[in-house]
Amino acid sequence: MSEQTNPIRDAIAEAIADHQTILFMKGTPEQPACGFSARTVAALQALDAPFAAVDILPDPRIRQELSSISNWPTIPQLFHNGELVGGCDIVTEMYESGELADVLGAQQPEAAVPPAPEAQPVQAAPLGIENRLG
Amino acid sequence: MPSPDDIKSRIEAAIPGARAEVEDWTGGGDHFRATVVAEQFEGLNRIEQHRLVYDVFGAEIGGPIHALSLKTQVP
Repeated sequence: MSEQTNPIRDAIAEAIADHQTILFMKGTPEQPACGFSARTVAALQALDAPFAAVDILPDPRIRQELSSISNWPTIPQLFHNGELVGGCDIVTEMYESGELADVLGAQQPEAAVPPAPEAQPVQAAPLGIENRLG
Repeated sequence: MPSPDDIKSRIEAAIPGARAEVEDWTGGGDHFRATVVAEQFEGLNRIEQHRLVYDVFGAEIGGPIHALSLKTQVP
């Protein structure tokens, strides 16, 4: 185990602890850089669920340290109450089944609208958007 | 880069008794979609089920396997 300090790893762990719902993604909610991240954001926005967002693209070490903390290899990664909820596949399945609304304490829309397909632009930013790692 | 058949064989070899269906999602050889049905998933939550499959490929995920989208089920 390395004895050196690891500020990126610490910042990630802190961000996960400090925000009830936090999404590590490629790009931003306003401009997702990949379809999987876009779909995950769309599900959260469809539920009107507040979340913080971290763009992992600026520094490759963010993704590395994140994966070593979460033991999960892909991006995006959604955390709630300090625990990994899942990536795009899991979040989408949970959104469609109503589980995501339950877990986040959000309101499932009555006509369950499927999350936006990949090409669609994302709507206005939800509450609490911050990029803590800069 | 692996083919859908490679990915299918590796999953089924690593998870004995599992049935995997794998397709090349984009035609580009590096974005795959897999549905995996295995008794070993019994009692595991989705994260744990997906991890079982991702662990088969280790560091290849995000590398030669740029994306592996998963659906996992108990038989």
